[in-house]
Amino acid sequence: MALTQATRAPATADSKLISLLLTIIVTLAVMAAGLAVSVAIALAAYALIALFLPDSKLLWAVVVMVLGVAACFGYFWSSNKLLDTFYPAKGADVAANLTKANAIRPWLFLGPAIIILGVYLVYPVINSVVLSFYGPSGENWVGGYNYNWLVHDAAFRESVRNNILWLVVVPAAATFFGLIAATLTDRIGWGNIAKSLIFMPMAISFVGASVIWKFIYDYRPAGSGQIGLLNAIVTSLGGEPQAWLTIPLWNNFFLMVVLIWIQTGFAMVILSAALRGIPEETIEAAIIDGASPFQIFYKIKVPQIWSTIAVVWTTITILVLKVFDIVIAMTNGQWGTQVLANYMFDWMFRGLDFGRASTIALVIMLMVVPIMFWNVREARKGTR
Amino acid sequence: MSTAVGTRPALTWAVHLAVLLLVVIWTIPTLGILISSFRDRDQLVVSGWWTALTSAERNIVARSAPPDEAVEENGQWVLRGNVFEEGTGSISAFGISIQRPREFEPGVIAEMRDGGTVTVEENGDYIISYPEQPEGTRGQRLFVTSLEPPKFTTANYERVLFSEGIGQSFVNTLTVTIPATVIPILIAAYAAYALSWMQFPGRALLLATIVGLIVVPLQMALIPLLRLYNDIGVGKSFIGIWLAHTGFGLPLAVYLLRNYIAGLPREIIESARVDGASDFEIFRKIILPLSFPALASFAIFQFLWVWNDLLVATVFLGNNEEQLVMTGRLRELLGSRGGDWEILTASAFVAIVVPIIVFFALQRYLVRGLLAGSVKGG
Amino acid sequence: MTGVLLKNIKKSYGATEVIHGIDLEIKTGEFVVFVGPSGCGKSTLLRMIAGLETITGGDMYIGEERVNDIPPSQRGIAMVFQSYALYPHMSVFDNMAFGMRIAKKPKAEIEKRVREAAEILHLTPYLDRLPKALSGGQRQRVAIGRAIVRDPKVFLFDEPLSNLDAALRVATRIEIAKLKESMPESTMIYVTHDQVEAMTLADRIVVLSAGNIEQVGAPIELYERPANLFVAQFIGSPAMNMQRAKIERAGEQTTISLGKHKADLPIPSSADMTGQEIHLGVRPEDLTIASNGSGLIDGRVNIVESLGEVTNVYLDVENAPQPIIVKLPGVQKFKRGEIVSLAAEPSKMHLFNEKGRSLLYL
Repeated sequence: MALTQATRAPATADSKLISLLLTIIVTLAVMAAGLAVSVAIALAAYALIALFLPDSKLLWAVVVMVLGVAACFGYFWSSNKLLDTFYPAKGADVAANLTKANAIRPWLFLGPAIIILGVYLVYPVINSVVLSFYGPSGENWVGGYNYNWLVHDAAFRESVRNNILWLVVVPAAATFFGLIAATLTDRIGWGNIAKSLIFMPMAISFVGASVIWKFIYDYRPAGSGQIGLLNAIVTSLGGEPQAWLTIPLWNNFFLMVVLIWIQTGFAMVILSAALRGIPEETIEAAIIDGASPFQIFYKIKVPQIWSTIAVVWTTITILVLKVFDIVIAMTNGQWGTQVLANYMFDWMFRGLDFGRASTIALVIMLMVVPIMFWNVREARKGTR
Repeated sequence: MSTAVGTRPALTWAVHLAVLLLVVIWTIPTLGILISSFRDRDQLVVSGWWTALTSAERNIVARSAPPDEAVEENGQWVLRGNVFEEGTGSISAFGISIQRPREFEPGVIAEMRDGGTVTVEENGDYIISYPEQPEGTRGQRLFVTSLEPPKFTTANYERVLFSEGIGQSFVNTLTVTIPATVIPILIAAYAAYALSWMQFPGRALLLATIVGLIVVPLQMALIPLLRLYNDIGVGKSFIGIWLAHTGFGLPLAVYLLRNYIAGLPREIIESARVDGASDFEIFRKIILPLSFPALASFAIFQFLWVWNDLLVATVFLGNNEEQLVMTGRLRELLGSRGGDWEILTASAFVAIVVPIIVFFALQRYLVRGLLAGSVKGG
Repeated sequence: MTGVLLKNIKKSYGATEVIHGIDLEIKTGEFVVFVGPSGCGKSTLLRMIAGLETITGGDMYIGEERVNDIPPSQRGIAMVFQSYALYPHMSVFDNMAFGMRIAKKPKAEIEKRVREAAEILHLTPYLDRLPKALSGGQRQRVAIGRAIVRDPKVFLFDEPLSNLDAALRVATRIEIAKLKESMPESTMIYVTHDQVEAMTLADRIVVLSAGNIEQVGAPIELYERPANLFVAQFIGSPAMNMQRAKIERAGEQTTISLGKHKADLPIPSSADMTGQEIHLGVRPEDLTIASNGSGLIDGRVNIVESLGEVTNVYLDVENAPQPIIVKLPGVQKFKRGEIVSLAAEPSKMHLFNEKGRSLLYL
């Protein structure tokens, strides 16, 4: 008895392992076959269309778009079809087939997502860590040289200083204005129109917004007519026109205004929903208790939406760390406005030093990690 | 909101005014470039857009007809003409020397050095009379200060669309944006379905990992991916950027769609299963149609994000005519034509008009998506 | 033979077992109702029959076939869900046709079967509507229609009436009873927590509690001869009154004593039970008011609920943990604090031993 049990246990473990391996192999095979089929069909269609299609850029763009999307859908369709042919849900082995197919199908559905996430997000994180220990071309090992250089680099320090300024000012200001806008617009009849208009900059690209604001900051020498709104206001009040974007330190704030302008609408929309979620009874109770509108706002409403404020704050914080477009479009990091993301971009494409650029990227990521942990924790709370 | 008895009307007015102020501050910048993009180039550079509806003061240097074309009239040799070659205006002052361009009022008869007299009327008509027949082919220089009526034109748009390459960039952006919006939705929706309604080991861990990836900074991915692309020969291609945008958009897409799909009623899915639908059929015939609001809101996000993206496009697409997208073109124009506001404003408006239309048309879904992502889950 | 046979069916989630080995045979054409308090496992059992939950242990047969590993769609069943589970984006017609379209049935046949089902359920005018344009009762009929179209061997109903208001519930209940009559060959299994539905619809009722079967039987059998305390108190409203009593003499007839009162009951008991404490149960509707002092038990009137057709009187009785309820016909007047004597026919009394099992079934 004891002997047979002892010999049987590893045998079942072995057969489990074998069936697991088999499942993995079949899964990969079906995925590969599905992908191959859809890509082959897309390429064939491309070749076929190439015979007839006139030489028009717009038409070609459409063809490429349609085929790209179709190939993607084709993968899901053909891999599922293959699995169903492999393990048909009928006949004698229905039960066994279904068990096998059900073990594989989730991975067919998840496959593309996992692979793309792996290639486009997980691999780069690992690779950046490795590259940060290598020289400019990414080939010779330099140890901690890049880190040492970074610590002593003046431009890096400037970027960190500016990034911290951005991190403090932008989320705070955007959330603050968003909260005010949300509170005020909820009280009036045309609030929804007002909301739409305040929310609109969200649709504008950072570069587009940069053009818009650069026009506002435009500078003409004193005496000639100002076409930038800000200088026009300053001169009409009797001041001297300024080249705003070149004033050290202050120019950072003029850049931040652009992002605050974009993000306030986002904060407003979310906070407005949170404010509406506050139980009306608590406000009515406060009114009966004699609280003034301002007391109601600070002592009753704000504490109740505190978690939403935190979410808005962190979301904008993450965005700020990635900000790049505004700086590159408005000042390109000149006049003391450099930020980490743009500085990294500089080393990558102008300095052509992958090692240094990776090191800077890692610093950005390190700054995000705490927020990431917080975010994951909150998300899990939400799904529980 | 609460409308308790005794609310002070003054406070209500203050709220209206405050909101009005906010709205004005938030819309004026955009309004500025919109108006400017339709203004005449010459007016744009000398006066602010807020004066667009009032007349603009302009200094013109005109040259009269050559003296030898003068005709005899009542013993005088007279030249007639108008200082405006095209268009109209209203003369506020004129002069005959560069040192004193505003010396005379309109209608005043000014003495010229060579003995003749000149006068410019308010409508720009000038009369130069000489006592004797003049000679020469060079006309008299006339300096006039004119008030011009507002001029609006679509010439700026014609120019940026057809000769500055914005038109081609528009097509390029479209080619990037549409697949980069549809592909991640498709992939994420399948993954979200599996994460919500299918049983497999490691489901919770996988979900947590994907949510964690939401905050990986994009910049990290650029160098490794660029090297990878060069190694495997993808290089700078549309497929490359579609997949890149797909990768960067996926975590948020999976997160949003899973939140929604997991909230669909279990019984509907079970009912479909009893009806004999396979997972693939359930997904296509039940989940996709029912998830339309969530799909739409993510689609808007991704569309806006990709359309407005500069960084990814700069890295993964070339800088040539075939591949430069609109944000990239705009940045180039900012660099090369930093002062040509008629070009910049028109280009900027072309670049933002599509997202703004999408935004206003589908705002409802966008807000719903934002709320699903932020208020509910964090 | 398309009955359903359950042999030692078990279900566990991880280490917790929620269904503890159910044995049940449901015959072809039978209408069986699973009833029990919430959390008793009745829905889980139904979902196991449907194939929506995996079976952890035991064997399940539908007809001759063991179906443990057969997917729902191939078990020959149809299910009507509590929330109707209509596909909100499909018209009534498409909802009913969905299953047949998945099975790739010919168009003409789909059309014919859907029209027939719609005719039976008076849904023909609504075939083009979306579910959201229907009333609750109409939606429920669509859900039933969807089941009929599948032409199943076994119909499964999971609390189908609990989302309807009271009047509609009665009407739909009658519809379901009629439907069953028109399809004598179909087996139907119906889950509810509402004993009225169970009593009115079922050929046989299965009373479940905490993952076990308490009793299986015809509705009146359950009412008249409950097998244990649980069934006795679950079936009937208000619930059966319980009082402690003592067996004075066991035998063909059992003599019990309740304080100073004695009664002979036509219930057999084994000789060794003499002197044991037992539970005496009498339904409120079986109690009558006796002339002063001549009843089995005396109580003090506490609350009187007059419902018009009946009057419920709540009496405080010495040594009783709960008030005794008497259900009297018509309108009756009582004063609060009044002492009332209660009597009952010996044949309407129920006896349960210490373990709660009825002496009838020992």
